Amino acid sequence: MTKTVVESLAEATPPRAASTIRGLSDRAIAWLFVGPTIALLLAINIFPLIWTIRLSFTNYRVNRPNADVSWVGLRNYERILNDPDIWMTMQATAHFLFWTIFFQVVIGFTLAWLINRKFKGNDLWTTLIVLPMMLSPAVVGNFWTFLYQPQIGLFNYLVAYVTGGSAASFSMISDVDLAPWAIVIVDTWMWTPFVMLICLAGLRSIPDSIYEAAECDRASAWRQFWTITIPMVLPFLMLAVLFRGIENFKMFDLVVQLTGGGPGSITELTSINLKREAFEKWRTGYSSAYAIILFVTVFGLASIYVKALNKVKER
Amino acid sequence: MKLKFAQTAASAAILAGIGMAGQAQAADLTLCWAAWDPANALVELSKDFEKESGHNMSFEFVPWPNFADRMLNELNSGGQLCDLLIGDSQWIGGAAENGQYVKLNDFFEQEGISMDDFIPATVAGYSEWPKGTPNYWALPAFGDVVGWTYRKDWFERPELRQEFQEKYGRELAVPKTLDELKDIAEFFQNREIDGKTVYGAAIYTERGSEGITMGVTNALYNYGFEYANPDKPYELEGFVNSAEAAKGLEFYKELYDCCTPPGSSDWYMSEDIDAYKSGQVALQMNFAFIWPGVNADPNVGGDKSGYFANPEGPGGHFAQLGGQGISVVANSANKDAALEYIKWFAQPEVQKRWWQLGGYSALKAVVEDPGFADSQPYAQTFLDSMAIVKDFWAEPAYASLLLAMQDHVHDYVIAGNGTAQEALDKLVEDWTEIFEDEGKL
Repeated sequence: MTKTVVESLAEATPPRAASTIRGLSDRAIAWLFVGPTIALLLAINIFPLIWTIRLSFTNYRVNRPNADVSWVGLRNYERILNDPDIWMTMQATAHFLFWTIFFQVVIGFTLAWLINRKFKGNDLWTTLIVLPMMLSPAVVGNFWTFLYQPQIGLFNYLVAYVTGGSAASFSMISDVDLAPWAIVIVDTWMWTPFVMLICLAGLRSIPDSIYEAAECDRASAWRQFWTITIPMVLPFLMLAVLFRGIENFKMFDLVVQLTGGGPGSITELTSINLKREAFEKWRTGYSSAYAIILFVTVFGLASIYVKALNKVKER
Repeated sequence: MKLKFAQTAASAAILAGIGMAGQAQAADLTLCWAAWDPANALVELSKDFEKESGHNMSFEFVPWPNFADRMLNELNSGGQLCDLLIGDSQWIGGAAENGQYVKLNDFFEQEGISMDDFIPATVAGYSEWPKGTPNYWALPAFGDVVGWTYRKDWFERPELRQEFQEKYGRELAVPKTLDELKDIAEFFQNREIDGKTVYGAAIYTERGSEGITMGVTNALYNYGFEYANPDKPYELEGFVNSAEAAKGLEFYKELYDCCTPPGSSDWYMSEDIDAYKSGQVALQMNFAFIWPGVNADPNVGGDKSGYFANPEGPGGHFAQLGGQGISVVANSANKDAALEYIKWFAQPEVQKRWWQLGGYSALKAVVEDPGFADSQPYAQTFLDSMAIVKDFWAEPAYASLLLAMQDHVHDYVIAGNGTAQEALDKLVEDWTEIFEDEGKL
């Protein structure tokens, strides 16, 4: 009879070590395995979080090591919540979040639905469509600044070609009205394939037998779509929305490359604003409070959303 | 024979000793600076120092948009990357108060280096903290100032000169005032030259670091903007946001709206250079460091380009100071070798060669040499500009002060939100809050 790998390992274990391990309870062994991960989590996640909470009640500045650090209570939180500029960045973030997710879900689902149909060149199209999400956001931001260039940019040229206007007559990243849409377009271009892939996984998980049963019941294609496809893909779509929501809430690199937060502050998202406060103005205490507010917001919203997602899955 | 052997052995031992001593003293020095043309000139210049001293030089050059972030992070975290740092003039207050630079007074005295030998504006701007006191934290390394470059060949075209004369009633020539500058920029805006549409002026509009502030101050100063009450430090109301200052800000917005290339809403040094060298603009606002590169450029260099100091305005005649001093980083493990470098760099012969290689020396012996003004086509403009400089705050909280100005000015000039007066009023509010936090108010 051949030995299994586990049996071979057990035989190879020195008797003293084996007896030591045999002497441990299951719970102790479990802690032994989980312990390093928990220690790591405590060191790089929990401790900094607690430290940040502590700093958020002080006037500490990391670039002023010799200055006195004093306890300011809730002053940082008060200042942030009463600062109209912070609310402007929240608005900019909300605009960016809502429209990117909206377009990515609509276009991503449509593309997945089309790709799910069997046609010649299906694989090639899938590969081409997912290419943008494989690029670095910094690279994407950089080359889109060229595409948006009023005099030589391909985007302006195409718009001018379609509308018959002049390519230099508008600037996507310099115009206050257009810049928020400029970043939405680029993020949609880059991340729609991600939503498409998740939707495609959802579509492919629907058994053909359900559609065949619906056919037998003479359900129209429209009815099949609304009563079979959408409900069964919904958990996948919601998952995609969750991923994109969290990612876009902390969006930084792409927008910094594209607009730098301008013109004015129209595209200054919260993450960009936070970085400026923390690492350019060096207001460490203030930016710690800011980070805590954002953390609570995202954590709260994500928790509510995950509960909703679980309910949809249970259905 | 024995004696000869003994002599040879002794000589060998002495030589080996000297060699080993030399090796023991040789240090690996790292000099940090921005990644730009003058940095390349400094690498070339420093080869002489390596030969003379036996030390090895390494360089860490960071592109301008990230330079402050990267270097201030390095200083604040107590890093040992840089032994020598050519830091921006506005960092001096923070670096001095936080003990990040070595104070150089004793060293200067010991080595006979006198600050009187350098252009006074550069000493005040790059070396002193607190301002106006003889406490030195850097040696003026690179004099720089915002000035203008123009397409001399376009200005000389008879048909353009005639058209300009008819339209404005004066010659198409180097502008003496800011209004004249705007007229010229307006004249060239959207003009067809050699079958290509060109634009008036490339100006600083960048939002992320310091760009638009370094640009707009050239208008603000000349309309009457003051950083504070000259008789009462940190009193801002009525000085930062005076009616004259608001007019200066309006002027800059008008210049941006009327006469800049489309899409130039986030331009700083490199974008302005690119626009100028590619023949897109007639005028370019930029620091003087670019002039050697423009002069040598195959498309726009030589006689095709001219240079002039920032024109005066109704409230005065100033230009934004740029440039940097060279400091020894307090955390350096090679302070002696770093000081040796500064001593070598301060020598008149080295400073002269620095200017020849494209670095703007701040040493009087170089710039006051009778041949200096004619040594390069831009040399006189450099001198004229250095005579009218004014600098931004160099307070320890300069970064907060700068970013507040960036935000409010960009919001008005580029995004067109509110009025100039409102932008400056908000700036006063922010700056007041910062100075209150700093305990200065």
